[in-house]
Amino acid sequence: MAASTRSVVLSLYKKILRESKNFSGYNFRMYAVRRTRDGFRANKDETDPVKIQDLIQQAEESLQVIKRQVVIGQLYSTEKLVIEKDM
Amino acid sequence: MHTKLGSEQVQPYLGGFWNPFCRLVMLSNTCRTSVQALRVGGRHVCRGLKTKSSSADAAQAAAVVKGKDTGETMRPLYLDAQATTPLDPRVLDAMMPFTVGYYGNPHSRTHAYGWETEKAVEEARKEVADIIGADPREIVFTSGATESNNISVKGVGRFYKSKKKHVITTQIEHKCVLDSCRALEGEGFDVTYLPVKPNGIIELEKLEAAIRPDTSLVSIMTVNNEIGVSQPIKEIGELCRSKKVFFHTDAAQAIGKIPLDVNDMKIDLMSISGHKIYGPKGVGALYIRRRPRVRIEALQSGGGQERGMRSGTVPAPLAVGLGAACRISQQEMEYDHKRITALSERLINKIMSALPQVVRNGDSEQTYPGCVNLSFAYVEGESLLMALKDIALSSGSACTSASLEPSYVLRAIGADEDLAHSSIRFGIGRFTTEEEVDYTAERTIKHVTALREMSPLWEMVQEGIDLKNIKWSQH
Repeated sequence: MAASTRSVVLSLYKKILRESKNFSGYNFRMYAVRRTRDGFRANKDETDPVKIQDLIQQAEESLQVIKRQVVIGQLYSTEKLVIEKDM
Repeated sequence: MHTKLGSEQVQPYLGGFWNPFCRLVMLSNTCRTSVQALRVGGRHVCRGLKTKSSSADAAQAAAVVKGKDTGETMRPLYLDAQATTPLDPRVLDAMMPFTVGYYGNPHSRTHAYGWETEKAVEEARKEVADIIGADPREIVFTSGATESNNISVKGVGRFYKSKKKHVITTQIEHKCVLDSCRALEGEGFDVTYLPVKPNGIIELEKLEAAIRPDTSLVSIMTVNNEIGVSQPIKEIGELCRSKKVFFHTDAAQAIGKIPLDVNDMKIDLMSISGHKIYGPKGVGALYIRRRPRVRIEALQSGGGQERGMRSGTVPAPLAVGLGAACRISQQEMEYDHKRITALSERLINKIMSALPQVVRNGDSEQTYPGCVNLSFAYVEGESLLMALKDIALSSGSACTSASLEPSYVLRAIGADEDLAHSSIRFGIGRFTTEEEVDYTAERTIKHVTALREMSPLWEMVQEGIDLKNIKWSQH
């Protein structure tokens, strides 16, 4: 992976993780964080530049989806779950 | 205390068989047990159940649990993935434009508002078709799996009625298939309700023996909604094809969770539901094979939408949601399956290692791991559900959870009456976490232990008395 691509991917990863943590619903928040980590890890050894560009594109779209859904989730939030009190 | 209250014991005080408070009153009787159990457990989660409150209040009360230490209202965990699943935010994101700006009628042919929604609906149709290896022209949007099952069973039965008047199904089907079969019986059809083995799987030999020259349809569900068992669909499909009988499968609980291919498995009709796969409620689909062609008599008259199979405007936002849910489920199937399998094993191992006399209902191999149905001997299921108020669980199907009758599915697999009464279904889904599974296991172990400690039956069993040989006096 070229150095420039590497920084793009890392920055996207950080942005998506940060945004995922804003989900107000416990289950969606945990899922988004977990899926982001697992998704980036699963593709960390990808070398095909076309595939990498495709994955970057997908990640950027996911970031936009998460941003919009975080807002909707915050507008219509529910009470916390019973296991959240310790968090 | 291990009491089983028959409804006849409560009825005289309430009058009327279908009294909405009947269950609440009965539960409040068992609730005493639960409250004690909770005090034993040292944690306060149960509020008094008001028997005379309006049903809305009851629903509100049941939805929220008050934490004693904090005083704030908290929601129970959700472990009922077979009843319904939360809408995936990615699905909602796909639906939003069609609930806001793009509101055209997908059947409007004269303007852009119609064209843009029609295009989205057709894309969704392709996404639904792709997940089962079908052609988009074979997919009909419906209101859900119940409607799809009705169209399949009644529609095929009625179309071929003049020559073929026999339909085969199983004893563990969903209520809507069984009820559709009952309706056909009322119209003069013959219906065979195949029994299942104690593990919940049908016997192919029995199916083969049941097929007659005048059999038009075999309807067998892919994954059972109560016990999670997965039927040998490919073998059933091959058998039906060789006998030239149409094969319908209710795949509401299977689609997006296990790989399905209508051509490989020789399925002629398949019911799909949106809200079981993190899609919206109120939408489903029906796959109807074109070659060899399956013909059906439509149930609904109208404008002839969906090739006349299901008249009525297609709800574009919901159809788009179903399409997105199918696409995401297909992408995530491997990831989800791996995770749900791990969580399922974690739950089962934790509970089974801590508690004796726990039985898993249904086959443990041929099963969908996200559906874990356990029977806790000598504990009444309803009491345990009351004690586990901070976890949304069910004793079986949501459709029949209003009655205290033991599940017909559990009876069909030959479970003893008392074990059928002591079952709880744990539904694990895409959004379930390890913490939720651990919490559920810990609470379950605690309350089952506490309820058993109070149970005279459990005490007798511990003393080595065989309960089956006791002659109970008649009251």
